[in-house]
Amino acid sequence: MTRSVRRTRRTLQVAGAGVAALLALSACSSDDPAANAGSAASDSASPQVSGKVTVFAAASLKESFTALGKDFERKYPGTKVTFSFSGSDSLAASITGGAPADVFASASPKTMKIVTDAKDAAGTPATFVRNQLEIATLPGNPDRIASLKDLTKSGLKVVLCDKEVPCGAAAQKSLDASGLKLTPVSYEQDVKSALTKVELKEADAAVVYKTDVHAAGDKVEGVEFPESAEAVNDYPIVLLKDAPNADAAKAFIELVRSAEGSQVLTGAGFLKP
Amino acid sequence: MTEPDRSDKPGAAADTLAGGPRRGRVRGRRSAVPVPLLVPALVGLAFLLLPLLALLVRAPWRGLPGQLTSPEVWQALRLSLFCATSATAVSLVLGVPLAWLLARTEFPGRGFVRALVTLPLVLPPVVGGVALLLALGRNGVVGQWLDSWFGITLPFTTAGVVVAETFVAMPFLVISVEGTLRAADPRYEEAAMTLGASRFTAFRRVTLPLIAPGVAAGAVLAWARALGEFGATITFAGNFPGRTQTMPLAVYLALQSDPAAAIALSLVLLAVSIAVLAGLRDRWMTTS
Repeated sequence: MTRSVRRTRRTLQVAGAGVAALLALSACSSDDPAANAGSAASDSASPQVSGKVTVFAAASLKESFTALGKDFERKYPGTKVTFSFSGSDSLAASITGGAPADVFASASPKTMKIVTDAKDAAGTPATFVRNQLEIATLPGNPDRIASLKDLTKSGLKVVLCDKEVPCGAAAQKSLDASGLKLTPVSYEQDVKSALTKVELKEADAAVVYKTDVHAAGDKVEGVEFPESAEAVNDYPIVLLKDAPNADAAKAFIELVRSAEGSQVLTGAGFLKP
Repeated sequence: MTEPDRSDKPGAAADTLAGGPRRGRVRGRRSAVPVPLLVPALVGLAFLLLPLLALLVRAPWRGLPGQLTSPEVWQALRLSLFCATSATAVSLVLGVPLAWLLARTEFPGRGFVRALVTLPLVLPPVVGGVALLLALGRNGVVGQWLDSWFGITLPFTTAGVVVAETFVAMPFLVISVEGTLRAADPRYEEAAMTLGASRFTAFRRVTLPLIAPGVAAGAVLAWARALGEFGATITFAGNFPGRTQTMPLAVYLALQSDPAAAIALSLVLLAVSIAVLAGLRDRWMTTS
């Protein structure tokens, strides 16, 4: 082993020990883990907010959370927000399986319950936005779809989400509320794949979230329908119990729930809670 | 770990099971498998079997009969078997000639074509499904003509499931048949042709019987791959019970709400594929 290699090794060891010590310290310094998710200290740019924050968030939050992550890094220099966007179910499964994350934002109380039941959350989840259904049609709405009832017209290819996933359960609720029977050509496995079918013009319409129609830009056209009020989805957010970086996580949750965060989220088509 | 030296004394190989020392290759404990091969082999085997054992250990045996008698399960299983078998048949009809073309003819860019044939193997299945939509969908490059000329739309139909499964499974068959063809002696065909057989007759009467085991092996591989196909199917054909909801789709969706049901369904799929593969074992374990 040459001297320089040895020196680098030693430096690395010292650095590693330093990092470990810092981590241990920050773990100790994080105050009472049972603190409420929403009640983080509100002084902005507090000195201890630094390092990496890992956020597990529902796929539908992708656009808005990515923007908020950039805001957060600007607000607290020295921080780095990494996201994992996926279906709420699989995220909940990874968290209960021990994935190292700081924050969990899910698309339904049901999936949040999986995490709180497993005692993996610190404090109570707070609803930070709500999402409402909309009908996505082909650009220009060639089939003249104006209501939920129009989807039952014969010869129309409609896709719904499967009733096992949140958007499908909500769609079923709206249909039941209006007493309609709708036979789609497919029950898709998640909301994005339902939307894709319309974007690719393979289906004529899909029942998806407002935010998805918003994110798809001009590839689809949104049609609001009154029955969607019967099935509005709450999005809860929570600090996780084994968060490696609890202080920064609290600051991120605070940003999401602030007026600034709310503006970004409503801009993406979400409703205020 | 040190290995015992293999002594050449005949008495040393007193293998009671083999009934005394034997000439030639000593079988049994003495023909020791080298440790550097044995250990990774066993680790590999354990790695492959452990997840399946975990499925069996955690299976909800008590509720199993109730889970499996539901009509949805049988509907999905029937559809799965029908589509996987149809996809295998289509793969055979199209894949064997393609393999023959790649193995027995010379044309410019043959290596490139072979690489293209293997592409679906490395393509993420969901991407394969999207590609199929872009090609054969109602609005696809070819699909729009199918729709306007013949009124055929493939997405959201059982035929669409077969198309998606064939796309993913056929490369397995082509690769395996092509390998067999390369290994088979072309002189038999040449002899047949000197005796007046046409090239096609030689293929049908000489080559095909010669490579039958390889074709069978490829067909089994393709069938197994088609049976488990998920990504391309759900993307191209969607998910509708009885029409396009195959077993893997049913398993995936059951997993969202009822993991126990998903495990039960997976067990059914496992049992069926093991039964079929075991039934075919004699056919595809033999090598020509």
